[in-house]
Amino acid sequence: MSIVTPTPGPSNAGASALPLSPVVDIASAAQSTAGERIVAVSRYMRRNLSLPVGLSMLLVLAIFLIVGRFFVDLEESRAVSVRPLQPPSAELPFGSDRQGRNLFAVSVVGTPMTLQIGLTAGLIGVGFGATLAFIAAYYRGKVDTIIKGLVDTGLTIPGLMILITVAMNVRGGLNVTQMALVVACLAWLYPTRTIRAQLLTLRERGFIQIAQMSGMSGPEIIVKEMLPNLLPYLVAALVTSTSAAILASIGLEVLGLGPFEAPTIGMTLYWVNYNAAIINGWWWWWVPPIVVIGTVFIGLFLVAIGLDEVANPRLRRTV
Amino acid sequence: MRPDYVLKRFAIFLFIIWAAATLNFLIPRMGSKSPIEDKLMTQAATGGYLQQGVAEMVREYEAKFGLDRPLWQQYLTYLGDVLRFDFNYSIANYPRRVIDILLEGLPWTMGLLTMTTLISFVFGNLLGAFLGWPRSPRWIHFLMPPLLALHALPFFLLGLVLVYVFAFTLQVLPLYGGYSTGVIPNWSLEFILDVVRHAMLPALSIVLVSIGGWALGMRAMLVTTQGEDYTTFADAKGLRPKTIFFHYSIRNAMLPQVTALALVLGQILSGAVLVEVIFGYPGIGTVLFQAIRGSDFFLVQGIVFVVIISIGIATFVLDLVYPLLDPRITYQRG
Repeated sequence: MSIVTPTPGPSNAGASALPLSPVVDIASAAQSTAGERIVAVSRYMRRNLSLPVGLSMLLVLAIFLIVGRFFVDLEESRAVSVRPLQPPSAELPFGSDRQGRNLFAVSVVGTPMTLQIGLTAGLIGVGFGATLAFIAAYYRGKVDTIIKGLVDTGLTIPGLMILITVAMNVRGGLNVTQMALVVACLAWLYPTRTIRAQLLTLRERGFIQIAQMSGMSGPEIIVKEMLPNLLPYLVAALVTSTSAAILASIGLEVLGLGPFEAPTIGMTLYWVNYNAAIINGWWWWWVPPIVVIGTVFIGLFLVAIGLDEVANPRLRRTV
Repeated sequence: MRPDYVLKRFAIFLFIIWAAATLNFLIPRMGSKSPIEDKLMTQAATGGYLQQGVAEMVREYEAKFGLDRPLWQQYLTYLGDVLRFDFNYSIANYPRRVIDILLEGLPWTMGLLTMTTLISFVFGNLLGAFLGWPRSPRWIHFLMPPLLALHALPFFLLGLVLVYVFAFTLQVLPLYGGYSTGVIPNWSLEFILDVVRHAMLPALSIVLVSIGGWALGMRAMLVTTQGEDYTTFADAKGLRPKTIFFHYSIRNAMLPQVTALALVLGQILSGAVLVEVIFGYPGIGTVLFQAIRGSDFFLVQGIVFVVIISIGIATFVLDLVYPLLDPRITYQRG
């Protein structure tokens, strides 16, 4: 394992606190003024295009969602509030669906719900996954073997099937929060795997061994030495698991196991499929959710690739 | 192949079966004391009438899993049933048994999945290999950004767009189903061509999304093989670049890709279920969708179990194939 230089990325400022860490270019970046740091970061961003492109896609979506709230009556995202099946017009910019929802209001109200499901499940997944990964890397031996075996086996099982079983057995209809918890059931598997692998290489690095020799306690090493170096990975894991959780929630919703009262993206697609909107030519019904999902997934994917490059400089493109 | 390696993989496979069965048994019982009766009543309520046969089903179920019997006895009965592939009756299609409905849908799903996974794995890896190869033509690099963007999307999303473009607007391919309505499935050439035509769009939406992922992984692996000593040595020996590419670089870069295949099979299946729903493809996904809609609890349980087992078998087979590609794997510990 070669010594990897911490990168001058935005999330790595904490690395300067590490004694004897293999600092090369980070030292100048961390001690420089804020202005110089911004220049360095922006120069890096220009080389690593996927991060700024992904972030701006998500930003455009966020602006649309925030500004959109001021231009529509949010109550119209409920059924039977406008005339059904109207194509887009000045009054209803995205038209309306068969049950009489204003589809512009549906986009503005439903998208944040889907994002909330994804982010909640993603946070739970990364939190639980990181904890398990730390336990595995700290105790090693049998504990590590069990956790690794469990995760590797769990990942081969089609997750959607387990989630279907769970969702079918929640009593009464699901709401958005319960949806997030259902999806979170399996959201920890992948983060555990990636973070554990990262911790295993991290603990062999020189500065961790120096810290151990100089008598730092276990928790102290984890908080002061390991966490700052792990931060870019944790953020990348959060992005990936959020995107996976959104995908899982949309999957459950399209299958008819979602919160029927909420106008989330997945439920909109459920109604699209239920009413055969494509075959009937009601294009305005399904185009907005597709554009929104496309923006979210491609945006998150680009951010994840970009963060991966920040965290792992060996991936940097030389070709 | 060392026997302890095979045994270990088989033990993992058995563990998956056991875990799937146990989850299927426990999860419904966590929320409710008599889950099945609840489900049957829900189904009757949503159906608006008491389904014929519900009373018999409840009686038979009570005899097997009655509350007078302790939980562990119910559990053992359940495990026994599952091992004999007895998943009870389909509630919505009484007196048809769950396993019969499953066996009807399974070939469609397996056919679609095998074809699409093979195609995208082969083409994705080839493309990725060319991308990482310094001698390949320049134009190939322009393929990557669109394929990567597609890779970020869910299968069914592309499916929706494809239906709209090719089936609804251009009307060159069928909109819906696995074969033309009114035709009885048979083995004539005409029918097979009809099936292929119907499978095109579902398959395309899975393949186009998957290719980018394989290409991305393969490119990274191939680039690392460029710096390896054996490549330099092969070059120094004067081997033709083509030989080095196919027999040195690709063969070594393939190994992690096969491991990755075993890991993502389950995800591919989860995605394919939704593609089937969008296209009304007559496989397990559509059966599952209708079962959920009809609150057909036993059918959903049966599908969940059988799907997990099928993927378990596929992973097990891949595990057995892997040592043939890389003999080192059986000698590793841990």
